[in-house]
Amino acid sequence: MSRLAQRARERVIEGGLAVCAGLSLVTTAGIVAVLTWETVAFFRDVSPLAFFTGRTWTPLFFNQQFGVLPLVAGTLLVAAIALATAVPAGVISALYLSEYAPPRVRRVAKPALEVLAGIPTVVYGYFALLFVTPWLQQWIPGLTGYNALAAGLVLGVMVLPLVSSLSEDALSAVPPGLREAAFALGATRLQAAVGVVLPAAWSGVSAAVILAMSRAIGETMIVAIAAGQQPRLTASPLVPIETMTAYIVQVSLGDVPAGTTAYRTIFAVGTLLFAGTFVLNLCSDWLRRRVPGAVR
Amino acid sequence: MTSARFADRAFHLLGLTVLVLALGMLGALLVDVARDGLGRVSWSFLTGYPSRRASASGLLPALAGSLWLVGLTALMAVPVGVGAAIGLEEYGGRGRLARLAEVNIANLAGVPSVVYGLLGLGVFVQVLRWDRSLLAGAGTLALLILPIVIITSREALRGVPASVREASLALGATKWQTVWHQVLPMALPGLLTGLILAVSRALGETAPLIVIGALSYVPFVPDGPRSPFTALPIQIYTWVSRPREGFRANAAATILVLLAVLLVINGLAIVARDRAARRRSA
Repeated sequence: MSRLAQRARERVIEGGLAVCAGLSLVTTAGIVAVLTWETVAFFRDVSPLAFFTGRTWTPLFFNQQFGVLPLVAGTLLVAAIALATAVPAGVISALYLSEYAPPRVRRVAKPALEVLAGIPTVVYGYFALLFVTPWLQQWIPGLTGYNALAAGLVLGVMVLPLVSSLSEDALSAVPPGLREAAFALGATRLQAAVGVVLPAAWSGVSAAVILAMSRAIGETMIVAIAAGQQPRLTASPLVPIETMTAYIVQVSLGDVPAGTTAYRTIFAVGTLLFAGTFVLNLCSDWLRRRVPGAVR
Repeated sequence: MTSARFADRAFHLLGLTVLVLALGMLGALLVDVARDGLGRVSWSFLTGYPSRRASASGLLPALAGSLWLVGLTALMAVPVGVGAAIGLEEYGGRGRLARLAEVNIANLAGVPSVVYGLLGLGVFVQVLRWDRSLLAGAGTLALLILPIVIITSREALRGVPASVREASLALGATKWQTVWHQVLPMALPGLLTGLILAVSRALGETAPLIVIGALSYVPFVPDGPRSPFTALPIQIYTWVSRPREGFRANAAATILVLLAVLLVINGLAIVARDRAARRRSA
């Protein structure tokens, strides 16, 4: 191959690779464009004030009301239950794995937790609806067949590996010197872990918690199956509610004609979902980039 | 024993308990699904078509749909994803554009899957008019797994020592010759594992497919990329939402099939890694 042809070939390949890398930027642009386009059309029919402050969400009924608060409340309720499960359990297991567990236990436990993260969410939905809810109903009399509690608990199990593995990464990144100093002063492993290592890894652990929250808000199938499809402004975890994601699924399965306001609601709700998770992901990313072990 | 020592022991026990409980959940899930569904798994269930009677239903269209989807998704996402990873890792400078691409990929990996469904609905179904076809589904899933493919591929490429590249360049090889003949073969085991794991994500995704309008009742096997389709997770969702007992057994049986397929794919990932690693050392 002549020198010139070879150089041309190199340039062509390099260009092709750059196009591949650029495609991810196009994806983001596509998401923003699609969401913006349909949401702007939606807000031509519905005032933003009614959307953000209304307390009734009935776009599929004859008397259409577009107050998104019930969906937001349902989403936050389920996410709160999930975090109340996943954060203590995740941080404790991370502390255990990084400060206590012998390497043998760690070698078995970490891949096993990964399996928990690899199970399709529709399977978790089945488990929440047909195993966890009936089991909880034995103890909680008022619990309905669809509820936020079972969905939230199972969602917590789903995000637990995320909290655990990211927290553990943060804990292991703490310089061993800090631990040794604590031990030299006579601290037990628990005193060193809670008094020294955890505060030093604070930013990484918070990053894990925020990312888990973002996942819990964006998760769809568990809540679509087990939490119900009744938008309701309530703090009770015992009755059916509806999350933003479950609403998008509900409309997608129905026969709402494209181009109507009712149809555009899924894009408006999707925009809200995208914006919320995006902000949480940015916060998490920013916290994770902070130097581990830096004393505040 | 002092109270501090006691607290230390107690926390040790607590940590172990939490871990065992979490894994116990996994066990409970598997046992529950197996108990509900094992009785329904049979040859006629695997090769049958959906029916209004639960006991006569089969999941052939869903199984075929899932395999089509995974194949098409891999065909779209793997070349582009690996190409992007090579571009960013081997050619990418420290410029602002490379940095922007990096932040962007990390963010895309955190976008909820249902939002990818809305993207697919807007672009593939409405603008490109691919309708509710396998092509639209695979395109949506390809965009969904692309960030994961890029991230894992970059990690695999990063594992190749810089000295290999320097030696190749010093012998007069061009940049691409270095990548093609030295870096890629060495990174292959890691690449394969990462790719297979990323593609297997596509197999379990439900929400984006529902959003682009995948059908829940498909009484035929898809005959090409433009064909309408259903998939295993969608079939599970449809059957779970039916109140009758028999359909829930069908859902459990379908879950078993889905988990079995995932297990086989993950096993393949391990075998592929081992074989590629052996060939390199030979």
